[in-house]
Amino acid sequence: MRRYRTPLLLALGLAALIVAPIGQGNYIVYTLCSWLIFSIAATGLNLTLGYAGQISLAQASFMAIGAYITALMTLNGVHWLLAMPCSMLACFAVGLALGFPALRVQGHFLAFVTLAFNTLVFLVLRNEDWLTGGVYGLVGMERPGFGLFDTSKQLHFYYFTVAVFAVALAGMWWIVRSPWGRAFKALRENPIRAESLGVDTRRLTLLAFAIGSAYGGLAGALVAPLVQFIEPGSFALVHSLRLLLMVVVGGAGFFFGPVLGAAVVILLPEVLRFTEGYYLILYAGSVIVLMVFCPTGLIGVYGRLRQRLFPQRVVRGDMATGPQL
Amino acid sequence: MNAPAMNALPPVLTVRNLSKSFGAIRAVRDVSFDVRRGEILGLIGPNGSGKSTLFNCILGQLAPDGGAVAVNGRPISGSRASTLNKLGVGRTFQQLSVFPDMTVLDNIIVAGQEHHGSMLSRLFGPPDAGLTEEAERLIEFFRLGHLAHEKAGSLSYGQQKLLDAAMAFMAGPGLVLLDEPAGGVNLTMLGSLKERLLTYNAEHGTTFVVIEHNMEFVMSLCSRIIVLAEGAIIAEGSPEEIRADQRVIDAYLGG
Repeated sequence: MRRYRTPLLLALGLAALIVAPIGQGNYIVYTLCSWLIFSIAATGLNLTLGYAGQISLAQASFMAIGAYITALMTLNGVHWLLAMPCSMLACFAVGLALGFPALRVQGHFLAFVTLAFNTLVFLVLRNEDWLTGGVYGLVGMERPGFGLFDTSKQLHFYYFTVAVFAVALAGMWWIVRSPWGRAFKALRENPIRAESLGVDTRRLTLLAFAIGSAYGGLAGALVAPLVQFIEPGSFALVHSLRLLLMVVVGGAGFFFGPVLGAAVVILLPEVLRFTEGYYLILYAGSVIVLMVFCPTGLIGVYGRLRQRLFPQRVVRGDMATGPQL
Repeated sequence: MNAPAMNALPPVLTVRNLSKSFGAIRAVRDVSFDVRRGEILGLIGPNGSGKSTLFNCILGQLAPDGGAVAVNGRPISGSRASTLNKLGVGRTFQQLSVFPDMTVLDNIIVAGQEHHGSMLSRLFGPPDAGLTEEAERLIEFFRLGHLAHEKAGSLSYGQQKLLDAAMAFMAGPGLVLLDEPAGGVNLTMLGSLKERLLTYNAEHGTTFVVIEHNMEFVMSLCSRIIVLAEGAIIAEGSPEEIRADQRVIDAYLGG
């Protein structure tokens, strides 16, 4: 039974994603798209923050790099299927270049360095208008077509996003369950011990940061055709903070944490809209309450509930094995 | 391998004129010694005698002010801990250093996986890096088999100490430095730990350097003992010789 639970849950989740937009208006489908896209970016940030334990405030700038590269390439007639990997590669390379010096500092200092980088990217996008269109941004990117399947309709684009989302998460699943994932966990739990066991912590952290950045680039490559209009303001620091919030609210270090977190950060404001002026207060209040009572995020809440309702066996090895060892 | 042939090989660990000061305090003064292949060397001394500083200088956690350290004749001064580990040096820590949120099996696998294949092959290869069997054998050897799938953090202190030691062995090191392996471990478990270490040493010929406070443990585990006091070596010899050495007795009694 246990063996089938995960595949069953995954199938149910995918089915829910397929059914969700049916019969909904364009706006809701658009919101669902942006939830999935932000989930991809937050999943990347989760690798950096949740698995490798590094605070980055630059994820939105990697989305920007991905979005602008995709926009510029597709505007010049290159197909999205080529523009997307270019965006990811560019973000991976920029992640390496930024991470190499930046990851020598950790914790709050790394947060400041990445914050500065986010601001730098924002300024470049705003001021280099010969390339980026400055404050007016870039408009008119066409949505990609794949032979008979054209994504210009909102619903079609949604299914296209679901497919990319599924592939992106499968890729992350692969990384996290590989020996790399184990090394990431070891690094987070006790970096000094990990290093003494031969884990090249510096290189591994750098790779986590670069892969996380590439996921930001992928998300950006989807934002460009979704909105069909990008401008620097969409990738300002506040969006990096929102991505950080998604990871933390959902549960840093849990695989599906960022997906859940993105749902809360993007969908909750829509749900609370009926309260009109109060929704921001309610929203902020619930986030604070969550962080105070369950710092491991929503997935952590679930874990606690499960522990309370269906207590697991807790080993007291010293009692169970007696004096032998 | 018989004893004379062993002695013909270069020492596993060579420490030459190692010194380290913290301000006016000379924690380690001009310490030199060799560790021969396959031996279990004990490093003892009263509190503040410089054992831990010496250990940290050897392992590259602290930069010594002077002197040199070599493993199998290869200088290792200034090497990072991960590089040292790849050269076949395993270690344990004074404080518990297991990964509490990972299973016992994963703790052991992570201790060996970086020695198998390249960074890329570890990403695309099997999730356990093909090490499950080997890890299970080691876990079984340290009598933790029934706990293989439990979180390391849920084990008793003594069991975690044992796991901590087991992790140092996973990569098949030629030299293992144990930092107070007996600290806080109860008597029965201490006996098992000693017995397992002796068996491992006999079976694999692995060289050990042990820092320890527990005299009985050191005396019965080690084949040779070096005594430090105020940062310098004051005595060296077999457990029997050390037990009878007046300088050692004085140092411990604060004479």
